Amino acid sequence: MKPTAHAFERNARQALHDATLQQALARARGGFVDKRRAAIEALPEFAALRAAGRAIKDHTLANLDHYLLRFEAQVQAKGGQVHWAETPEEACAAVLDICRQAGAKLVAKGKSMVGEEIAINDALEAAGFEVVETDLGEYIIQIAHEPPSHIIAPAVHKTRQQITELFEGLHHQPGLTRPLQTVPQIVDEARQVLRDKFLAADVGITGANFLIAETGSAVIVTNEGNGDLSATLPRVHIVLASIEKVVPTLEDASVLLRLLARSATGQEITSYTTFFTGPRRADDPDGPEEFHVVLIDNGRSAMLAGPYREMLRCIRCGACLNHCPVYGAVGGHAYGWVYPGPMGAVLTPLMVGLEEGRPLPNASTLCGRCEAVCPMAIPLPKLLREHRRQEFARHLTPPRARWALAAWAFFARRPQLYRRAARLAAGLLGKLARGRGRFRSLPFASAWTAARDLPAPQGETFMDQWRRRNKS
Amino acid sequence: MSGARAAILDRLGRALGHAGAADDVEVTRRLQAHPRGPQPQWAETPRVRFLAKLAKVAATYAELESKSQIVSAVQAYFDAQALPRQLVAAPHPLLNEVVWPQDWQVARRRAQGEDRTGLNVAFCAIAETGSLVLLSGPESPTTLNFLPEDFLCVLPEGRIVPRLEDAWALLREERGAPPRATNIVTGPSRTADVEQTIQLGAHGPRRLHVLLLKTP
Repeated sequence: MKPTAHAFERNARQALHDATLQQALARARGGFVDKRRAAIEALPEFAALRAAGRAIKDHTLANLDHYLLRFEAQVQAKGGQVHWAETPEEACAAVLDICRQAGAKLVAKGKSMVGEEIAINDALEAAGFEVVETDLGEYIIQIAHEPPSHIIAPAVHKTRQQITELFEGLHHQPGLTRPLQTVPQIVDEARQVLRDKFLAADVGITGANFLIAETGSAVIVTNEGNGDLSATLPRVHIVLASIEKVVPTLEDASVLLRLLARSATGQEITSYTTFFTGPRRADDPDGPEEFHVVLIDNGRSAMLAGPYREMLRCIRCGACLNHCPVYGAVGGHAYGWVYPGPMGAVLTPLMVGLEEGRPLPNASTLCGRCEAVCPMAIPLPKLLREHRRQEFARHLTPPRARWALAAWAFFARRPQLYRRAARLAAGLLGKLARGRGRFRSLPFASAWTAARDLPAPQGETFMDQWRRRNKS
Repeated sequence: MSGARAAILDRLGRALGHAGAADDVEVTRRLQAHPRGPQPQWAETPRVRFLAKLAKVAATYAELESKSQIVSAVQAYFDAQALPRQLVAAPHPLLNEVVWPQDWQVARRRAQGEDRTGLNVAFCAIAETGSLVLLSGPESPTTLNFLPEDFLCVLPEGRIVPRLEDAWALLREERGAPPRATNIVTGPSRTADVEQTIQLGAHGPRRLHVLLLKTP
């Protein structure tokens, strides 16, 4: 996917004026937040689990190379193969090789954010393979030719009416009732259409929520069961996973699973949590003949060395998106790349470059809700501020903002001058307000005052008032 | 791709300040000790907790005294759901001696696309979340858990363990290592992708019915 993060301002403005999008966002917001809160209140051990989860990830990251090697050895011992990829191009090439060697035509794909990151669907289609997304949300956006707008609910921006129209435009199967009206009818139609795809697919591709070093297993959590069908019915199963997904043991994964489902959807556990360990065994009646894991770096090993290391704790639950006032107002597409919301505002500049992703760390009030709800206690506001610091240091800040900051810094470094200038400004603005106590509009700030008034200074600075009152 | 492998491992090693170091003792020890995290606590017995959680995730159950009641339990389910007498059953030892009625179509194999009702046997169950744990293998084909619209699962009562970690302990003790697929199944398939409305039966089974055996 071609990033449009640089156009965040324009994207956000369009999103705010899109009535259908606003309707879909309003519907989603409360559900995620309320369900998560209820699930966490019902588990007194949540805080202890959060601390334990963080410790597991920190320990794993501090020994990441060792755990990846253990994972690789275990996969091979179970008859699977591991492919290492530094870049999206290398990852796609590895997948294409496997598909070609399998003589594949049709690929059934489960939901995978790293799959979006490396644009695997584009690569497969360009090479002549048919790819079908099997998660209902992913399927909807695939037929709408759109990227996901949320990491766990990719079609959250679509209304029922829009989905109905998409299905009517595409499915022409005999025996399907129409017109579709209700949610059950929509889900049923997708079930019927996709069932044939599962059964005909030669290769199944899934992501992985975790990789287990102890056993060489790849874990996926789903509610629909599409990931399991994609991983069980085709002859070949390919797992796409980024390197930070590895955890030491089954017990460690258990801690993180308790945090993941509650933070994401407010469930104690999803309908299906599956641990895949190697290909079909000699006496197995079903399952794929080949099991491949593509391990993807794409900038993560560099993150481990720098100030963004804590971001590698992210387990992709989406809680930061669901609680972010900016995401809630503009939706995921405005962010212009694979990962939206606060976690995306940290990741996108690291993966597509700060030049492209520059607006995202600035599109935050730093209100701190994201950090408060993050099950892995990732200090998202701190990481966003680090991006802003880098942006300024690398002279990427737009001239007007730089000039304003430089002017402020000039005064801030000279306290005497600062106080005198503040006194002058407070007196002048106090007079200009002429007893109304507020400004309806201000030159150079008309956009700001269009929707609210600016409270006027009282005519005296805080320092002057302090001095005066202490004297009397 | 061996170039990528070496480059990634080298970058990781340098970032962590131990480039080229052999696997350290701490990693080996932790993998062998597999310590548990904080364990959620509750007051009920595993059986009571399991059944309460099962209801919460929209699954149903029937209580059976012994495996001699499996046929009548399946028949009751067929009647309640108005289903044809067609069944694909796992070639599991627990089901070997079951004598199915003559007029039913019963197959003992993996599931196929058009199969209506599947019957499998759980390895164990987890009281904490109301989950069934199914292990793939010749006695328990994975496809039975996902392809049929109605999924029936036999669970001996003594196989309900308190927590997820207890299931791992049982797996290590009885099997050594995980099979190809370890499925933790909690209720029927569902989706909330259309307007955040929960709808059962997305791609997997629409209904999940547990046959709880008092004596296996």
